Amino acid sequence: MERGKNQHLYRKLHSLSGIIPVGVFLTVHLFVNYTATWGMDAYNTAAGVMVNLPFKIFLESFIIFIPLYFHAIYGMYIAFQSKNNVGSYGYSRNWKFFLQRLSGVITFIFVTWHIWETKVQVEFFDAEANFNLMANIVDNPVSLALYIVGIVAAVYHFANGIWTFLITWGITVSPKSQKFFAIITLGLFVVLSIIGVRAILAFA
Amino acid sequence: MAGDSKKIHLIITRQQDANSKPYQEEFLVPYRSNMNIISALMEIQKNPVNAQGKETTPVIWESVCLEEVCGACSMVINGKPRQACSSLIDQLEQPIKVAPLSTFPVVRDLAVDRQRMFDSLKKVKAWVPIDGTYDLGAGPRMPENTRQWAYELSKCMTCGCCLEACPNVNDNSPFMGPAPLSQVRLFNAHPTGAMHKDERFEAVMGEGGITTCGNSQNCVEVCPKGIPLTTSIAHLNRQVTLHSFKSFFGNF
Repeated sequence: MERGKNQHLYRKLHSLSGIIPVGVFLTVHLFVNYTATWGMDAYNTAAGVMVNLPFKIFLESFIIFIPLYFHAIYGMYIAFQSKNNVGSYGYSRNWKFFLQRLSGVITFIFVTWHIWETKVQVEFFDAEANFNLMANIVDNPVSLALYIVGIVAAVYHFANGIWTFLITWGITVSPKSQKFFAIITLGLFVVLSIIGVRAILAFA
Repeated sequence: MAGDSKKIHLIITRQQDANSKPYQEEFLVPYRSNMNIISALMEIQKNPVNAQGKETTPVIWESVCLEEVCGACSMVINGKPRQACSSLIDQLEQPIKVAPLSTFPVVRDLAVDRQRMFDSLKKVKAWVPIDGTYDLGAGPRMPENTRQWAYELSKCMTCGCCLEACPNVNDNSPFMGPAPLSQVRLFNAHPTGAMHKDERFEAVMGEGGITTCGNSQNCVEVCPKGIPLTTSIAHLNRQVTLHSFKSFFGNF
């Protein structure tokens, strides 16, 4: 997979898939969750729209699962190829490089666990996808803490991933533009984290 | 003479040959004003006695120009990769830790083999091909503003500091490192060199090429020549993106 000239295509697609569609899906998902802060009925209505979309298997496969797991599995390969050296080179960009890999690994584990607890239970074990399903999970304080860690890690990975995507695809070339988008993506990290954490706290 | 009593404390990571185990040896070198790491190593060469007073083998290192333009004397000095010639003793915290670059195979003591960098330069065709059977005449002119930034890129001395600091240059990764990528930008900016730019794009789109960069941006922090390596990489990212669109969809 890594050999030869295909590496270039895989790496570019890896960078792209993190934004479109996976990052876009993450954002929509967090926004739908946020309706939980308005109450159980508001969440069940919003989630009901998502659950009842037409051609759901097609949408789930091509917008969520295939790009998500391509990004995740290939990302593991990239993460474990690097020899992190923040101890010797404590520059802020190097820390972000390290955190990008760390948050990637955390997100991979978290999302897989999250899919098991929600999607798999709904599809194969007759659970119902509604407010109570999540409320039961985060009733346990350990689960709630893990969810908060997982959400913040996923949002960090997405926000910093936009910054690296802009470089990898050659959009931000000048140091000035890279600095500008470092601030924008930091702002996005803060905003999406607040949205995501407030939503999960609404279930607890 | 004040220098008689003052000593420079050096902790040097040494290695007998390419395959033996590295070990540390300490030295106390008599101080003179305005010394650099090279002149301290020369003192050890003159009098190869370690800090315990035991006779030892002189420390081996590589250096040529002594003015930070050749790139031969790169070492890890107090944890950072830099040139031994421009590392002044007066500006370093003691004890001074000196170790060989870890990214490259050690030949002996502080001398390393930077061959992989030269191989990468060959791979990306970091030159302007003009040889032929007849005189090609003068090439196209280079605009002055291009020359000015291209000159900064031409300061690269293949010293290896950027590869040393890069977390993606290691035994698990095929990444060629920042230096040869910046050279692609340099030679593609040259009006005659630009005639072969597609070949250089293809070379950096292969295994271990530009997309193996993980944007830690350590390279630009440690480059002793202040070369805008991350700007070169981002610029090249844009060029190869356009190149791959052109080669798939056809030219604009």
